[in-house]
Amino acid sequence: MNDILQGLISAGWLIITFDPDLIEIVLRSLQVTVGAVVVSSVIGLPLGAWLAVNRFRFRRFVIALMNALMGLPPVVVGLIVYLFLSRSGPLGVLNLLFTPSAMVIAQTIIITPLIASIAHQAIRELWAEYHDLLISVSTSHRQRICTLLWDGRRALLTASLAGFGRAIGEVGAILIVGGNIDHVTRVLTTAIALETSKGNFSLALALGFVLIALAILINATVHSLSQTERSGRW
Amino acid sequence: MVETALFPLTLSEATVRKSGVTLVGPVDLEIGPIGTTVVIGPNGAGKSTLLRLMHGLDRAAKGRVDWNVPMKDAQNRQGFVFQTPILMRRSVVDCIAYPLLVHGVSRKDAHAQALDWADRVGLADHAARPARTLSGGERQKMALARALIRNPDILFLDEPCASLDGSATREIEGILKSARTANTRMVMATHDMGQAKRLADDVLFIYRGNVHEHSTAEAFFKAPQTPEAQAFLRGDILE
Amino acid sequence: MIPRLLLASALSLCVASATLADDIKMAVTTSFHNSGLADVLLPEIKADLDLDVHLVVVGTGQALRLGRAGDVDAILVHAKSAEEKFVSEGYGTHRTPFMYNDFVLIGPADDPAHIAQTQSAAEALASIQSTRAPFVSRGDDSGTHKKELSLWFGAGLIPDDFATTWYQAAGAGMGASLNTASAMNAYIMSDRASWLKFGNKGDLVLLFAGDPVLFNQYAYIPVNPATHPHVKSDLTAKLETWLLSARAKSLINEYRLNGEQLFIYNAP
Repeated sequence: MNDILQGLISAGWLIITFDPDLIEIVLRSLQVTVGAVVVSSVIGLPLGAWLAVNRFRFRRFVIALMNALMGLPPVVVGLIVYLFLSRSGPLGVLNLLFTPSAMVIAQTIIITPLIASIAHQAIRELWAEYHDLLISVSTSHRQRICTLLWDGRRALLTASLAGFGRAIGEVGAILIVGGNIDHVTRVLTTAIALETSKGNFSLALALGFVLIALAILINATVHSLSQTERSGRW
Repeated sequence: MVETALFPLTLSEATVRKSGVTLVGPVDLEIGPIGTTVVIGPNGAGKSTLLRLMHGLDRAAKGRVDWNVPMKDAQNRQGFVFQTPILMRRSVVDCIAYPLLVHGVSRKDAHAQALDWADRVGLADHAARPARTLSGGERQKMALARALIRNPDILFLDEPCASLDGSATREIEGILKSARTANTRMVMATHDMGQAKRLADDVLFIYRGNVHEHSTAEAFFKAPQTPEAQAFLRGDILE
Repeated sequence: MIPRLLLASALSLCVASATLADDIKMAVTTSFHNSGLADVLLPEIKADLDLDVHLVVVGTGQALRLGRAGDVDAILVHAKSAEEKFVSEGYGTHRTPFMYNDFVLIGPADDPAHIAQTQSAAEALASIQSTRAPFVSRGDDSGTHKKELSLWFGAGLIPDDFATTWYQAAGAGMGASLNTASAMNAYIMSDRASWLKFGNKGDLVLLFAGDPVLFNQYAYIPVNPATHPHVKSDLTAKLETWLLSARAKSLINEYRLNGEQLFIYNAP
């Protein structure tokens, strides 16, 4: 109980004093996670829409696979990405191991199935609604997907935010591929893991509170921005 | 450039099945280039399905649906108005402009034409509103503008006034009459006998998925040939 | 337009990590990092050599793996036989031992196995075993875990035969294992630095230390450029020269944690 109170106080202190180390890892957390969310959205949202619109032979299998991949343990993803990016691995020449880019790659693999799956659910409903109209005005497959993505953007925003939520709190994969190097690949979650391992529970908790505050702030900001677009009424 | 004539639309033994149940057909039918055809019949007779079959929304499980031009060209020259308007999550003007944008018209031109159409159907003041905020009659007028904006050769209407009040119905019919003046071929399903009498040049009476009568409106309403049509016009309940 | 912009910014994020100063990556063990010595040495290295040493903090086993794969330029570990194997297999050029610290036995303040009175590490462990007092083992195949196992063997005992009722393998790093021991009020072997830095001691105290078998030799091993041509061997050589300098010696010997000396410099 004492640790929790201490953690809250430390968190407040770190924020009020603009602790430079804290700001650095917060910004890096954002850099990595936003990067992963952008890449995952670019892949996952059209993929979800494509799966909703197209009927093909292995569709059910692909959807089942996507749902299964959502449950993939991040540590396994981290290990696989490590083996690929390792100097002795097939992509070693890219020299990406222990860089923020490697962390973006790992997180992208973790959250793309999640974003695609939520997008698929949302787009499937919208497609059921739009189906007759889009067939009637003889749209191409590509136009259908674009229309559904645009008109479903609010629901898709939720999908991306869910991906953000999963990625910002992820530690297992980015610890392996990032290496938790101070001033290079240390982010909020890996710092929390490090402090916990040192038994510094109150500092670990303080960083945890900062993480939660950050997640809330991002969600609130994104939602208020999308409100100003007045899309809420549609 | 003279376009190849779209008509006649020919249905030969066309049949629609869903989950093993025959909904429509086999239907043999020819739709010529002129006039307004009204499809009437009791609920569940297959009016909507017949329209959807002609328009290509439902596929024929057996038989054929043929236009005078290849199917791909034919689809581009048709419009369809649904009983419940499909509202996109966009403004009224953007909804109306949508078919133009899909077919390569520039955003600016599409917008201008859509505004013109919004004005023609009496929605000029509502053009910027989200489509979802429109009333039932306004929604159907928007759907009409959207279906007409590419100047289709033929317009299908599936009970467009089913849930509208009198004044909205009058406005819709006004738009349909001017479309007719502009030589738009129309095929409309309705269960409103008054509307059928007001708009029809010829009548298709369908019952249990089959065409029982196809004759001029005048002949049909004066002397229906089949017992089912007679019973329907009398106001009997047909199952 | 917007997706293209997002993609461009995502790509620029990926590239943004490149830095200008010389840097090398070195895999070090958790126990070394926990000592806090790195926080003293790295800024000095930066000042003297203009070299950023990026530490990848992992267990001994993973550190050796990273070196073997060529993912780091050098390793700093404490597992002599594994290190010698690493060098003999051609993954490292040579092994440079330069300092040691020691392991200590930690346990509940009331010391039910009375190890504080024992004369050797072997005697202390035998006493824990005979009283079946709870003991937490790292159980993660790390250098520290291997050290602990060798101490049991030295006392003529075989950990594989121990009942899990008192001998628990945490399967975790030093800090996490200390947390477990603290929660269970159990005995545990820890490196001195991790213990001093550990913030969740609870009822645990240091009970036994000083037996020479508990000494823990650290060695610096540059990864072999013959095996991995991309490693920055010129920079690792520079770092090695610095580690063998009088300046490094005094910094290491004078380092204090909570008033205690942790490392004893012993480079040849």
